[in-house]
Amino acid sequence: MIATGRILPLVLRDACFGVGGRAIIDRVSAEIGAGPSTIILGANGAGKSVLMRLMHGLLSLTSGEIAWSDPDPERRRRQQAMVFQRPVLLRRGALANIVYALKVARVPRAERERLAVEALEGVGLLHLAQRPARVLSGGEQQRLALARAWALHPEVLFLDEPTASLDPSATREIERVIQAFDAAGTKIIMATHNLGQVRRLGDEVLFIHRGRLVERAPVNDFFSRPVSPEAAAFLKGELPWK
Amino acid sequence: MGLLDSLAEGLWLVATLDLRLQEIVALSLGVSLSAVVFATLLGLPLGAAIAIARFPGRRGIVVLLNALMGLPPVVVGLFVYLMLSRAGPLGSFGLLFTPPAMVVAQAILILPIIAALCRQAVEDAWIEYEEQLRSLGARGIGAALTLVWDIRFSLLTAVLAGLGRASAEVGAVMIVGGNIDGVTRVMTTTIALETSKGDLPLALSLGVVLILLVIALNAVAQSVKDAAQRRYG
Repeated sequence: MIATGRILPLVLRDACFGVGGRAIIDRVSAEIGAGPSTIILGANGAGKSVLMRLMHGLLSLTSGEIAWSDPDPERRRRQQAMVFQRPVLLRRGALANIVYALKVARVPRAERERLAVEALEGVGLLHLAQRPARVLSGGEQQRLALARAWALHPEVLFLDEPTASLDPSATREIERVIQAFDAAGTKIIMATHNLGQVRRLGDEVLFIHRGRLVERAPVNDFFSRPVSPEAAAFLKGELPWK
Repeated sequence: MGLLDSLAEGLWLVATLDLRLQEIVALSLGVSLSAVVFATLLGLPLGAAIAIARFPGRRGIVVLLNALMGLPPVVVGLFVYLMLSRAGPLGSFGLLFTPPAMVVAQAILILPIIAALCRQAVEDAWIEYEEQLRSLGARGIGAALTLVWDIRFSLLTAVLAGLGRASAEVGAVMIVGGNIDGVTRVMTTTIALETSKGDLPLALSLGVVLILLVIALNAVAQSVKDAAQRRYG
């Protein structure tokens, strides 16, 4: 389903973002390609969410550059989706929420319903298709947000701590859906500070500390042999028994 | 005649559905509801646009709009009178001293109320929805309409505030309607006239009806809102 014109790789060159003279993101350079799922890891306030919003285009850089391989902004936007920590759903049915997203994405009317039903089925919510989205449970709402992203069949899916406000069983459901996305070839870029989740879902880690990219490594290497002292300290703090 | 006698006679007029009373109440409702419809059709999009658009001088517009919520009805009446009078720019339509003129005056009076309250509600909602809508690619008018539709039940409050103002004002309809018996006489102008003439029963009965109507309309709107809240979250 992924369109032929690919937007990856995503290249950041000295990306900086500041508010009132204070640097939130400080000279981050990286190339993020298709394939392995990328985890943006860091403590609260490290700048993970801001970095993802910059990549997704919700915020603009103060200086530096973020470039996708496709120069057309409309196609680039169409090939990305983002799922937020707290999903914002419209006051209409679950299915209608997905149909709305497809309409905004200019999917032909005749295909919207079929794609929306498919997406709901994929996250196991088809039985709640007509239920108003805002009365669903927190976990169901997040699954619906994932289905909304899924229906768009984006090349890149950004996830900003998608399970941070969910209980363990809802978290498992969400992780299962994310794995299905990954298996279907969607590039996953996810911010989290949950190390268990990094191991379960991640292939590589970008470790952010105070707005700077201090370490990039495959997940196994990152956990077994962190190179930077900041990453080592973070792992020690999060896994005190190690 | 004592106050209690006046009140009793007034209630009797209400209870027996006095024909004259009915006419006046019907015209009042017709004028004010029409004014609300027009002011809503213009005010909601206007308020939403100001809430979402970013342009130079926007702050000034917001301050002005909020200030216009307190427009004195007599000044609006005077303005519309000048526009519609024989010598005025719209005089050829012959609308002065007709119900349509009253609708125009009330619509102008409450347009800022509906637009200003809508702007505030949409702006608050935009904070919650902005990132998600932008991520999905909704922009401009499309995003504004999505937002307005999603908070439609909260916007009912703005519309009700407009209706309350329209049905309660006397100055504007008095000036542009002329308070002509059987043609442009509405509840508020009748109350003012009958009180000065000393016919307290009719004035009192109309006062009671006016208050009951306002309460009833608000009760209906509130239950619609509550039901929607339960249904849609």
